[in-house]
Amino acid sequence: MYRRWLWPGFALPGILWLVVLFVVPFYAVVAVAFGTVDPILSQPVPIWSPLQWNVGWIVEVLHRFAPGGTFFGPSVRTVEYVASSLALCLLIGYPVAYYIARHGGRMRSLLLVLIILPLWISYLMRMLAWVNLLATDGYVNRFLTFTHVLSQPREWLGGEPSTVVLALVYGYIPYLILPLFAALDRIDRSHLEAARDLGASPLSTFLHVTLPLSKTGILGGAVLITLPMFGDYYTPNIVSGTPQTSMIGNQIDLFFHGGPQPTIGAGITVVLALFLTVLMAYYMWTIHRASRDVAAV
Amino acid sequence: MTTIAEQRPRGISTWSRASGWVRNPWGRPRFLVLITWAYIVWSIVPVLIAVQFSFNATRSRSVWQGFSTRWYWGDPVDSVWHDPTLRHAAVQSLKLASADVLIATPIGVLLAIGLARWMGWGARPSNFLMLFPFVTPEIVMGVSLLLVFTHVFTFVGAGTDAQILGHVTFSISYVVVIVRGRLFSIGRQYEEAAADLGASPTVALTRVLLPLLTPAIVASAAVVFAISLDDFVISQWLSSGGETDTVPIRIYSATRAAPLPSVNAIATVMMVLTLLSLALAFLAWRVFTREERRARAGQTKDLAVFEL
Repeated sequence: MYRRWLWPGFALPGILWLVVLFVVPFYAVVAVAFGTVDPILSQPVPIWSPLQWNVGWIVEVLHRFAPGGTFFGPSVRTVEYVASSLALCLLIGYPVAYYIARHGGRMRSLLLVLIILPLWISYLMRMLAWVNLLATDGYVNRFLTFTHVLSQPREWLGGEPSTVVLALVYGYIPYLILPLFAALDRIDRSHLEAARDLGASPLSTFLHVTLPLSKTGILGGAVLITLPMFGDYYTPNIVSGTPQTSMIGNQIDLFFHGGPQPTIGAGITVVLALFLTVLMAYYMWTIHRASRDVAAV
Repeated sequence: MTTIAEQRPRGISTWSRASGWVRNPWGRPRFLVLITWAYIVWSIVPVLIAVQFSFNATRSRSVWQGFSTRWYWGDPVDSVWHDPTLRHAAVQSLKLASADVLIATPIGVLLAIGLARWMGWGARPSNFLMLFPFVTPEIVMGVSLLLVFTHVFTFVGAGTDAQILGHVTFSISYVVVIVRGRLFSIGRQYEEAAADLGASPTVALTRVLLPLLTPAIVASAAVVFAISLDDFVISQWLSSGGETDTVPIRIYSATRAAPLPSVNAIATVMMVLTLLSLALAFLAWRVFTREERRARAGQTKDLAVFEL
């Protein structure tokens, strides 16, 4: 009896903590989203039993997500920003990870430390750095006017979508490079040699051996940075702060911190979480299929 | 066995390498070298420039006008040392990070041991639950904790207590992942040897397993300290106003108001603290595992002798 309960007993405090402060809170969001609003105090009243849920507010939120609604623009923008940031991250990150994994040589440890370093510098500090650089009299504007690329300084921080995308890339790319590196580093070199021995050119070796073998790393890294990017609100706020670049996270932030309407905020959070669950499920399904294919081989 | 990388001639002189660069700067590895170093410069130099401006002599954070330590302690009103809001934010950040380390590390270590050794039906769902905080966007966690503290566990409310509880919630999983990695690399043989020699599970745990886990425990404590210092979203959602603002919250509100180089200064101080705690953890890991690495090196040497 003692032995049987020993290990679950070890896990118990942690599991209890996560149930009470992770699962229950998430259910509270659902209960608020399907709840009512006190007419006098205008405070949200959560409804805990699914049988008594009030769907009025969530229908209202879904209406606003439809084309023409107030959340439609920010949703489309969020998808655009996340997709372009992800594409840029992959375009920059893949060659970097590839170089360190394949040709790092003696520099490998140093390069890895330099790649990991930004992960340990506060995200806010790194955004602050760009706010300094992109200021009207900042280094970027001075360089661009000095080289006559721009005739006069540009307001980079005044609501430019390109600034937001740059900031997102800068913020999240280290989280993509590491899984990419791990996946590329795991590839057995004998596969590459086999391809070369069988007459494949370097390019087709890359396209038919390296790229497919690093697919799990690409997908894993993409999920790792996409999920937090969809919930980001501070990056657009810091480097732009205008409604033209507002993302879906900013809408949630607004309904809690701006003019408080927590019921609607909770509704958007539920919709966002559902959307991300679908993304996550797709990822798990691909990984499952990939591992099954490997097992079949 | 020759690998692709080794097919290139070894021991090329610097000169011929340089002339190779001139003749064909777009050869495959060369192009990759360029991208990699450009990326590294791009990822680190902006932060260094931000550090530079924390030493600026004037109020500008974008035009360099000479070196001074005014924003650290020299300025009697706006320096990190004299501005009460900045100093308070630093204290609050350190308070949250210390409490987080003290609570999350033991819970996470126990959970890691439990999950690694527990074979029952509940192990898989618990493992799944433990991984969830990694894939949940922080804003979702922030919203849910805020709602639960203001509508369900109303005795907590928003403020320092809520912030600590929130930080622990996202930190536990990091501890589990680090400690479990070490548990897998140790394996079960030491505990089994202890059990064979008559140690009870509790004795095997305290006398054998815990000493072996020490490096991972120290490392996870440092990582928790670092992620807690750097956290912005959870601290912001659970903050109850000015006196619970942490350094990241100060940086966030300062970049949107009228910023002074003192913000760069406090960000620099926190960055140095984070990097120091991680460097210490890395050193501790090296020191604690030195014997093992030596033993492993000796082992392979012994095997090599055996093969001869």
